[in-house]
Amino acid sequence: MSLKTFSRGGVHPPEYKLSAGKTIVELPPPEVAVIPLSQHLGVPAKVLVNRGDQVKVGQMIAQAAGFVSTNIHSSVSGKVLKVDLFMDSSGYRKMAVQIQVEGDQWLETIDRSDDLVRNSVLPAEDIRKKILEAGIVGMGGATFPSHVKLTVPQGKTAEYLIINGVECEPYLTADHSLMMERTEELFSGIQLMMKGLGVEKAIIGIENNKPDAIEKMKQVVQGSSVTVQGLKVKYPQGGEKQLVQALLKREVPSGGLPIDVGVVVFNVGTALAVYDAVMKNRPLIDRVVTVTGKSLEKPSNFIVRIGTPISSLVEKAGGVPDDTAKVINGGPMMGKALPTLDIPIVKGSSGILLINKNEARRREVKPCIRCSKCVTVCPMGLEPYLLMTLSEKALYERMEPEKVMDCIECGSCSYTCPSSRPLLDYIRMGKAEVGKIMRARKAV
Amino acid sequence: MSQIIIYTIITLVAIGAAAAIILYFAAQKFKVYEDPRIDEVEVALPAANCGGCGFPGCRNFAETLVKSDTWDDLFCPVGGNETMSKVAAILGREAIEQAPKVAVVRCNGTPEFRPRVTEYDGAPTCAIAHSLYSGEGGCPHGCLGLADCVVVCDFDAIHMDPVTDLPVVVDDKCTACGACVEACPRDIIELRKKNKKDRKIFVSCINEEKGAVAKKNCSVACIGCAKCFKVCPHEAITMENNKAFIDSEKCKLCRKCVVVCPTNAILELNFPPRKTDKIETDES
Repeated sequence: MSLKTFSRGGVHPPEYKLSAGKTIVELPPPEVAVIPLSQHLGVPAKVLVNRGDQVKVGQMIAQAAGFVSTNIHSSVSGKVLKVDLFMDSSGYRKMAVQIQVEGDQWLETIDRSDDLVRNSVLPAEDIRKKILEAGIVGMGGATFPSHVKLTVPQGKTAEYLIINGVECEPYLTADHSLMMERTEELFSGIQLMMKGLGVEKAIIGIENNKPDAIEKMKQVVQGSSVTVQGLKVKYPQGGEKQLVQALLKREVPSGGLPIDVGVVVFNVGTALAVYDAVMKNRPLIDRVVTVTGKSLEKPSNFIVRIGTPISSLVEKAGGVPDDTAKVINGGPMMGKALPTLDIPIVKGSSGILLINKNEARRREVKPCIRCSKCVTVCPMGLEPYLLMTLSEKALYERMEPEKVMDCIECGSCSYTCPSSRPLLDYIRMGKAEVGKIMRARKAV
Repeated sequence: MSQIIIYTIITLVAIGAAAAIILYFAAQKFKVYEDPRIDEVEVALPAANCGGCGFPGCRNFAETLVKSDTWDDLFCPVGGNETMSKVAAILGREAIEQAPKVAVVRCNGTPEFRPRVTEYDGAPTCAIAHSLYSGEGGCPHGCLGLADCVVVCDFDAIHMDPVTDLPVVVDDKCTACGACVEACPRDIIELRKKNKKDRKIFVSCINEEKGAVAKKNCSVACIGCAKCFKVCPHEAITMENNKAFIDSEKCKLCRKCVVVCPTNAILELNFPPRKTDKIETDES
């Protein structure tokens, strides 16, 4: 029997999972932590601390400033140096809290033991509340506040919870290592989410290049209503719409969300954060980050505090190799190059990838030869060549009926283009412009 | 044989005549009246179709000029006052005079003043680079040097200087149509009043960051010290968001602000050299 996968488009880049099977190493807190106030999609959080304040690990330092927003907690203990603008991964300066680390004092309410807590007596509403309080966002990279996803809108029902353990980006192994090392906690987190959401069935989707993780998860979920499904390796299977299609053969409508077909999708990292928040009272203050690259001495999986500078992670992995051309925040397909290493790890940082000069080499951009490869690989069924041309010519009003807003920015089109055209760069720009037009129309 | 030819000619002439009659009555019946003055006005306009007036092409602007009751917002920047008075003469109306304008690039971040700390090798347009990161020089407000403004200019009035990596406006060619202002994703280009002999004084920086940060990225950044604001005798300078702005309508070109600026962020162009020797001009 052939393995399940999504039906439309997709590519299979070389996997290069260099850090697979490496044990997660916990890094000590940094000397100075910079914690941005906008680490999630939506409104930036409202800061609660002032310069000179003493904070402890787990203390809330910024509060959700709306429904689509979330709380931010201090990941270190020490003194607040500044609440000011600091450079984030976009190269632009955004509001952040800078903390001088002194010792490692945790809030007393946090359970720091490794004991596994299984059964929760909390009602669904309290679970959702705790998730908001703990500032949990989607850990796969999109950083959408989790409590919003767990609140099923009126008139819709959730039938399935899907846990995304696909990790289809080449190089990254953060989710893989979590599934291997914290399987029990993960399962407990999934059960909490099912309760919070009020669903009976959950499916864990894992790509077939992680047979050990599939095996381990299968053992743990035995006898429960959670199933584990191995999937054929294909990028971008980790996109939630693709994953829903692969597992359930349900198509999320254009402009819709998985909840429109009765599904809610969460990353494995998010499930673990939910476990920590609900069972251990531990807010989201650290995450697993893969630091990898072909020339890197020790590709590793680290568990680091939010706000740690990226430079210290790279240092721990053996330092920046001489032939490094770019450092990428995220995976090679969707990640973005960093302007400097002096940028903090945030809730959505899944990996740091150092690519060497040979890999970073750009081929000459040639004219489109109308081979339609980009159309074939687009997982959303769009026509990337057309969207790029429209964006290039600034014909934004024509991009909307071509469904540019459905683009998930996976980069399969740019990856596959034999003329090395920067399709996604232009489409992304056009998408931003169309978004502006649509918002302006809504405002009128 | 000749009979066939005669029949053919007669038939064709008959069809032609019938069609002509039908078309004549149809044209009478469905006639759309168009003010003949629109054609006259269109001829008077520069026919650049640049969109600088805010209308899609000269024809559309001509229609608006003829139909509109007030001319407050209507002006052809390319033709200027000359064209507008010609149009006014055709329509028997009063032309509204506007001071001629010119595009000014408000960034002086040459590689010398603003060292390039990263290398951009993505799609070569400013709009995309702007959406991706703060740019090679690290300044989030400075010129990206990828020439979106040059591409959109219909008048060949702006080009990139290979040494400074900044766009240069040719004042004589610039029509102030505003295409470059629209194209710049960072709003660096501004339309300013055109002065005699193309003299200009302007703050060549739109950085909104605090002085220390701005200075770190670029040695000629406006640091918002407000020295120029205090020295200006004509109240032409305003301070907002850590930067100074000189209103070209109020500026009397006295050059007092240029002297006091500690970072040389205020430029004076096309002026004769000063009599005193302590100040150097920034034309270099």
